[in-house]
Amino acid sequence: MTGDERLLTVRDVHKRFPVRRGLFQRVTSHVRAVDGVSLDVHRGEIFGLAGESGSGKSTLARIVVGLDDASSGSIRFAGEDVAGIRRTTEFRRRVQMVFQNPGSSLNPRRSIEQSLAVPLRFLGVPPSEWMARIVGLLEMVELPAAFRVKYPYELSGGQKQRVAIARALAVQPQLIVLDEPTSALDVSVQAKIIELLVRLRNELRLSYLFISHDLSLMRNFTSRIGIMYLGRLCEVGFTNDVFSEPKHPYTQGLIAAVPVVSDEEAALKPKVERLHGEIPSPANVPSGCSFRTRCGLVYEGCEIEDPEFRRVGFEHDVRCRLFEDEARS
Amino acid sequence: MLPDAGAGPRGTDETVLAVDDLRVDFETFDGLAQVLNGVSMRVGQGQRVGLVGESGCGKSVTMRAIMGILAAPPARIAGRIVFEGRDLLTMARRPRTALKGSAMSMVFQDPMTSLNPVFRIGEQLTDIVRWADRRHGLRRGAPERKARILETLRQVRLPDPERIFEAYPIQLSGGMRQRVLIAMALLNRPRFLIADEPGTALDVTTQDEILRLLNDLVQQERLALLMITHNLGVVRETTDYTYVMYAGSIVEEGTTAEVFAAPAHPYTRALFACVPKLSGDRAYRGIEGTLPDYTDPPLGCRFHTRCQHATERCLERPPAFALGGDHRCSCWLSDPAGGQA
Repeated sequence: MTGDERLLTVRDVHKRFPVRRGLFQRVTSHVRAVDGVSLDVHRGEIFGLAGESGSGKSTLARIVVGLDDASSGSIRFAGEDVAGIRRTTEFRRRVQMVFQNPGSSLNPRRSIEQSLAVPLRFLGVPPSEWMARIVGLLEMVELPAAFRVKYPYELSGGQKQRVAIARALAVQPQLIVLDEPTSALDVSVQAKIIELLVRLRNELRLSYLFISHDLSLMRNFTSRIGIMYLGRLCEVGFTNDVFSEPKHPYTQGLIAAVPVVSDEEAALKPKVERLHGEIPSPANVPSGCSFRTRCGLVYEGCEIEDPEFRRVGFEHDVRCRLFEDEARS
Repeated sequence: MLPDAGAGPRGTDETVLAVDDLRVDFETFDGLAQVLNGVSMRVGQGQRVGLVGESGCGKSVTMRAIMGILAAPPARIAGRIVFEGRDLLTMARRPRTALKGSAMSMVFQDPMTSLNPVFRIGEQLTDIVRWADRRHGLRRGAPERKARILETLRQVRLPDPERIFEAYPIQLSGGMRQRVLIAMALLNRPRFLIADEPGTALDVTTQDEILRLLNDLVQQERLALLMITHNLGVVRETTDYTYVMYAGSIVEEGTTAEVFAAPAHPYTRALFACVPKLSGDRAYRGIEGTLPDYTDPPLGCRFHTRCQHATERCLERPPAFALGGDHRCSCWLSDPAGGQA
């Protein structure tokens, strides 16, 4: 993976939401939803972003696709700074998003064909070609052409998600941001959707930024993974490495909490104390290392010093003082 | 043929709840939907039983039938639901109602929507205690009721129960609200508890804590727990006995260790194959097809339309074949007489 292979580059992105209080709605503080995130998504790669709710992963996704603006930081797409052209059709054409709940991301009053025609109109495809393109898109997501005239309420959850994927594909994007695309579905349906996404990536040379809290799914679907906690990445690396040797206490606790179906898998879990408590409010982030309030390995100084990323393996970075000290000594 | 009616697992005198050949049909505009197709199960005292299946398989209908919160009509309920020796389906309405929320209780799934947003937690919990007191002719004053509530809030390990008592739901996190829902279910000292996907709306770490809490409570109080879930991992980690449900039928049952060591039914095996593994074994795959239409269910084994092993024999409903121990499987493949002919 050389530098030229980077499709998406996120550098030190922050997102603060103002908290307003009182009669004059003065800004009293800020919620730091995303607090200095940097990551790269390479061409053809599936990059996973994992974390609990409130970790800022969905906000980051919205910033990447341009549904929200970052408060600061830069986002480059295919080498171009997209801060300025974020809202242009050209950018939208190259980066698409599939949302979590297909029940609410499809317009219930539009037939499938009408929903799929919208992106085609934006692309400037002549209406005479729409029919063929729509049938082609449905075929790509393994739905019969007869589904053209159906409405969302006639489809199952899995079928609706296929339509949502077809809609994202309509503009021939390079990067698709998948925000928990299967969390509303049964496992048997989830497996089929994942199968489809893998096949589409291989055939169309797509890249995915895949957001999920399901670590078992991450383990199987992504090539690299970043673990987010309170708006920050705390560990980034190749999925195999992060799962076989999780370094950050948070990553270890997260993997240990996954319910598994066999003893062999249970044996793979890190032998650590279970995480207790809940993620603190992003409006009131603990000082120093933000994970210290739930960390079993917290020691003197964690409340003061905010650790930097340290390299602990091949392309494997961790933000924890345990490894800083190691590097120092 | 009535499979698995009668001789249930662990049919000891400690059986708290026994469901025998439960059938539930619904009158719909498209005809009669035959949802539950003869379900039998047992839950013993201090036993944690899992009922696992995908959306639409009839888990919730089973739970509602047991709790007596299915409107009939449109539902038509047949069979037996025996709680502590009494058949709930033939019981008079008043004593049946008195059981609800006290001897038989339930933890709801969604902590975000199961609490009324405009009342304080304390008010909502007091209502439940007061309601049960009235049903059971108990005279307790407000301080006594509050003491019981605070005790229960402490039992579910909520910090600062006094503050929780005064709080509105919006002031609590999802995990705390789920604990409040568990406290709500425990207020009137139930002997049988149904937990409907507890914690699935929460993060894994919070879910993990909630499941551990439930586990501890079941042991402390010697509760009979029926855990309804779609998550095989949750079943393995939190139950003693497992029922696998597909399209309104129990297709396989056994101790959790038995079922997970050697899943026998083709549906169970397919379901296991769908679960992404932490080992990164990418060999998982989905199940072709969809659940059958309940107004026109397939003859015989309801899974045969999606089953790779289906033969003509599957048009006849297979009985539950014993596989040793408590493990039983309703599939002709498990027929010791060579069912696969």
